Amino acid sequence: MSFVAHLINGISLGSVYALIALGYTMVYGIAKMLNFAHGDVIMIGGYVVFVTASGLGINPLAAIIVSMAACTVLGVTIERVAYRPLRGASPLAVLITAIGVSYLLQNVALLVFGSDTKAFSNVVTLPNLELFGGQLIIKSVTIVTVIVSIIIMVGLTFFVRKTKIGRAMTAVSEDQGAAQLMGINVNGTIAVTFAIGSSLAAVAGVLLCSAYPSLTPYTGSMPGIKAFVAAVFGGIGSIPGAFIGGILLGVIENLSKAYISSQLADAIVFSILIIVLLVKPTGLLGRKVLEKV
Amino acid sequence: MDMEIKGNKAKLSKTTMNDLVTYEMVILTYIVVQILVSTGHVSSLIQGLLVPFCTYVIVAVALNLTVGILGELSLGHAGFMCVGAFASAVFSLAFKDALPGGLRFFLALLIGAAAAALVGFLVGIPVLRLRGDYLAIVTLAFGEIIKNIINVLYLGVDSKGVHFSMKDALSLHLEEDGVMLIKGAQGVTGTPNDSNFTVGVILILVTLFIVLNFIHSRTGRAVMSIRDNRIAAESVGINVTKYKLIAFTVSASLAGVAGVLYAHNLSTLNALPKNFGYNMSIMILVFVVLGGIGNIRGSIIAAVLLTLLPEVLRGLSDYRMLIYSIVLIVMMIFNWSPNAIFFRKRLKQKFLPGRKAAKEEA
Repeated sequence: MSFVAHLINGISLGSVYALIALGYTMVYGIAKMLNFAHGDVIMIGGYVVFVTASGLGINPLAAIIVSMAACTVLGVTIERVAYRPLRGASPLAVLITAIGVSYLLQNVALLVFGSDTKAFSNVVTLPNLELFGGQLIIKSVTIVTVIVSIIIMVGLTFFVRKTKIGRAMTAVSEDQGAAQLMGINVNGTIAVTFAIGSSLAAVAGVLLCSAYPSLTPYTGSMPGIKAFVAAVFGGIGSIPGAFIGGILLGVIENLSKAYISSQLADAIVFSILIIVLLVKPTGLLGRKVLEKV
Repeated sequence: MDMEIKGNKAKLSKTTMNDLVTYEMVILTYIVVQILVSTGHVSSLIQGLLVPFCTYVIVAVALNLTVGILGELSLGHAGFMCVGAFASAVFSLAFKDALPGGLRFFLALLIGAAAAALVGFLVGIPVLRLRGDYLAIVTLAFGEIIKNIINVLYLGVDSKGVHFSMKDALSLHLEEDGVMLIKGAQGVTGTPNDSNFTVGVILILVTLFIVLNFIHSRTGRAVMSIRDNRIAAESVGINVTKYKLIAFTVSASLAGVAGVLYAHNLSTLNALPKNFGYNMSIMILVFVVLGGIGNIRGSIIAAVLLTLLPEVLRGLSDYRMLIYSIVLIVMMIFNWSPNAIFFRKRLKQKFLPGRKAAKEEA
């Protein structure tokens, strides 16, 4: 029974990674940049919910919507102010700028909210699920996390495949120049991608903080890196890849914490990433890019 | 070099001149700092930072070899630093009383560099097959793995030999005369304090000598040709894997040297996310990119300035890291944005028309 419990917890953690990884992978696919500040957008999303729900006493669901709106605005602003001027510059320059933005968000949060750990109250107030006569208790937040992630994942796939904006995103990610010639507003499309990625980050932030109820300015940093690993694991740029990568990463992390060593769990996760990349250098679902001479 | 022999004095080649300026800059800074210290113009805070300055300069130069000359992005250099630091700290602790200070530190340096080079070589074999962001994430993963393993490693020595365990101190089964060398997450304590500013500056000069000569050597040119066009380099018979591995191993080993310097400056050495985690690797990368990718002198200046900046801003207490991050973003946009580059060119043409021709020629 405990194995099943660990597995389910792993899937739940993995769904949060998957939500964050979706943001990474969409931005990477379309703007060809690693948005290192993505993890910190999660943290900001968590703080917004903390302030609005615990501080102002707004209904948690409304707080989540406020948080998503705030993160969307934040994501688009970051893109406009910091990343857009660097479009066409060396990828390394963009990477360092993203790191600068990450430091900036952390320090703004440090100044505004202080360095002390905030106890985040769970926004999911449904009863826990008891199976097999109480032998297996699944927390409601776990179930909600998994369901929310699946809905978002399906919705996002639909959005990218069927809507006009979604197809514009695919076109921009395949060939920016050609997309522009076909009359697609490249800058606008990239801004929309950032908006979607950041609002997903807000959802991920709320779910993460509900499952692990402590919030500091550095909360987003390690999950951000793990989600980035998950995105690479699944094949960066691929939406189903990010989802599978996230779930696998969460399950592996939780199972190795439970059965091997809690201190070595991160090392095990990273070792598996390395092995996967050595066998399949573009990740599980990544497409092989032909090299032209 | 031929120019040097043929011509009279002051007829050195351009690259040699350029390198000499770099050495000179380091030596002059050293002299100025020493004068300031002896006249009491340097606060104890900054004095305590002198060895870390040297550490960051060395590791930034080492990383520039990977990023600028080899053209691959590594986010794992803190890991190599960590290997060098722990290997040398364990050695120094084990031979604390057996060897005289100078010799012990020299051997510790060799051991730290060799250990980091070995790990760099082993990491490099699989990693260098990957490209771009994949390579970056795998080096980051290796750096985290190294830090994680060191945090659960227990190492002790007694009359029966060396014991190690990855569980806890008790499972080492040490004899009564045994000495604990690495105590898991508590790290290494009691490393002799062999580092100082002079040693640091000497190590910077040695690092510069190695890196600059490497760049100008036949090997260095082969490495740079791979960076500029891998397929073209391969087609003229350059062994891509071999040269990539050479450059990566040298870079890792120099990062190990920085680790040795770091370890011998502290009495307690821990592998924390702060000093050997990916954040540190990223910080070193910031030095390299802000100093100019491939520009060794730039790395030195950036490493010193960016380490100094938060200390200078200390008066602003809570705002200092905020300002640091804004400065970082603004500088990146100013340096790299296509619009900003165009704007700077326009300004130059407007105010310095005489230099236009010379600039275009270069």
